[in-house]
Amino acid sequence: MGKRVVVTGMGVVSPNGVGIPAFLHAIQNGISGIKFMPRYQELNFSCQVAGMPAFDWESLKTKNYISEVVFHGLKGTNIGYGLVAAMDAWADSGMDCETEEPRWETGCVFGNSIADTEAMKNVIAKVDNKEAKKLGSRVVEQAMNSGVTSYISGRLGLGNKVVTNSSACATGTQAILMGYEFIKDGYAKRMLVGSTEHVDTYVYGAFDSMRVLSRKFNDTPEKASRPMSITAGGFVPGSGSGALVLEDLDFALERGAHIYAEVLGGSSNSGGQRLGGTMTAANSTGVVRCITEAMSMAGIGSDQIDLISGHLTATNADRQEIQNWITALGRGGDDFPLTNSLKSMIGHSLSAAGSIETVASILQIVHGFVHPNINFEDPNPEIANLVSLEKLPVKMIKKEVNIAAKANFGFGDVNSCLILSKYNK
Amino acid sequence: MTRTEILDELKKVIAPYTTNKEMLASINEQTDLIKDLKINSANLVDIIIDAEAKYDIEIDYDSADKMVNVGTCIDVISEKLNEKA
Repeated sequence: MGKRVVVTGMGVVSPNGVGIPAFLHAIQNGISGIKFMPRYQELNFSCQVAGMPAFDWESLKTKNYISEVVFHGLKGTNIGYGLVAAMDAWADSGMDCETEEPRWETGCVFGNSIADTEAMKNVIAKVDNKEAKKLGSRVVEQAMNSGVTSYISGRLGLGNKVVTNSSACATGTQAILMGYEFIKDGYAKRMLVGSTEHVDTYVYGAFDSMRVLSRKFNDTPEKASRPMSITAGGFVPGSGSGALVLEDLDFALERGAHIYAEVLGGSSNSGGQRLGGTMTAANSTGVVRCITEAMSMAGIGSDQIDLISGHLTATNADRQEIQNWITALGRGGDDFPLTNSLKSMIGHSLSAAGSIETVASILQIVHGFVHPNINFEDPNPEIANLVSLEKLPVKMIKKEVNIAAKANFGFGDVNSCLILSKYNK
Repeated sequence: MTRTEILDELKKVIAPYTTNKEMLASINEQTDLIKDLKINSANLVDIIIDAEAKYDIEIDYDSADKMVNVGTCIDVISEKLNEKA
């Protein structure tokens, strides 16, 4: 029996709200963060909308997230988002930012996909122009995949395990799971976990070329992300970051920390790109195994799940995802749990999706509600055949949520599932 | 440019790299960039690059190694300015 692990702090940078209060208001009221992007029209992209946080870059300096010296030369948007979510989570957990000694008991698992390639464009131009000498000292630390964890752990003096993970769209949930496991197994007392993503122009363009993005709602951006609907024609890229402070329960109680929720367990696996799984499609057997293993690790039965926070990106994979949940839980039709997709409001933030959606799941547990699926006025009949539409709410439902399952599935056929619970003494 | 003029300009070059603004205001030729102004040693490269751009000079590796305090920075900059003149 491992240690119990609880959530004591949260921070979020989301396309529909920066900071927990704004984000909570947005998800309770079904507020979309998707906007038209004139630049994407100029670039002849098929999809010209995106979820971009209303992020005040100067606030990194003016609100003392980092010093003026560190701010000078910081170009990585993903790092800026991650710093704000992580430090907001830290402050929310009631701890001081400043420390002389390393915090040996606290580590960090934070994920991202790649460095900000828009910022790297300047680097490439200088090198090609034979001016490598002018690059300066700040490029490498932002180009490296561990840039975001390095900035966070350096700012807070974190002295336990510091790990950068990357598993495409499963990154965020996997980061939280890894942090949970380090505490459960006694390697750390506290872990700052989460993930960040900045979908820059170049990465966006590459997704656009794959024809997996929503392209028929450029004139009505807030309607462009339509998980599970018959008019769902691809996902909408989003950017942002989510972060949580996880703590050993006894350690948290000793310092009188506020406890939001408990992480009961989870699972991360891969379908091996076999049995129908490919680089871009999930092997359903792998997905079902991931969900059932998560329940088993958490020690719960499928009948205990009150809420599924789905991956549900608004592609043709949505139907199969619902089928996989039905198979894994042995629950369909009227017995299917209430299920929602935050992506209907903020799009798909790739590596950041799992952490932002986990923050949303915990807010639903804490405040007793199920957020709406927006843009779901025209359900895909193949999904309506599988589960009762009442279980896919289009309006917020006020209801006690004791246990939520949060899963994400990513390119490379990787899966991650977390089981989150109300904290019960 | 006189040494005082270079020093005044140098303050502006150094400013983004130190949080010790009081010390920066009162620097003299003996002020050490790392010990006194608490500049991260990796950032010395950035100060050199910024100085090159500001004075339109090129500071070679050997000269850069000498730039540890304000006085030696001024030595190198005035030497390079004279070479250019």
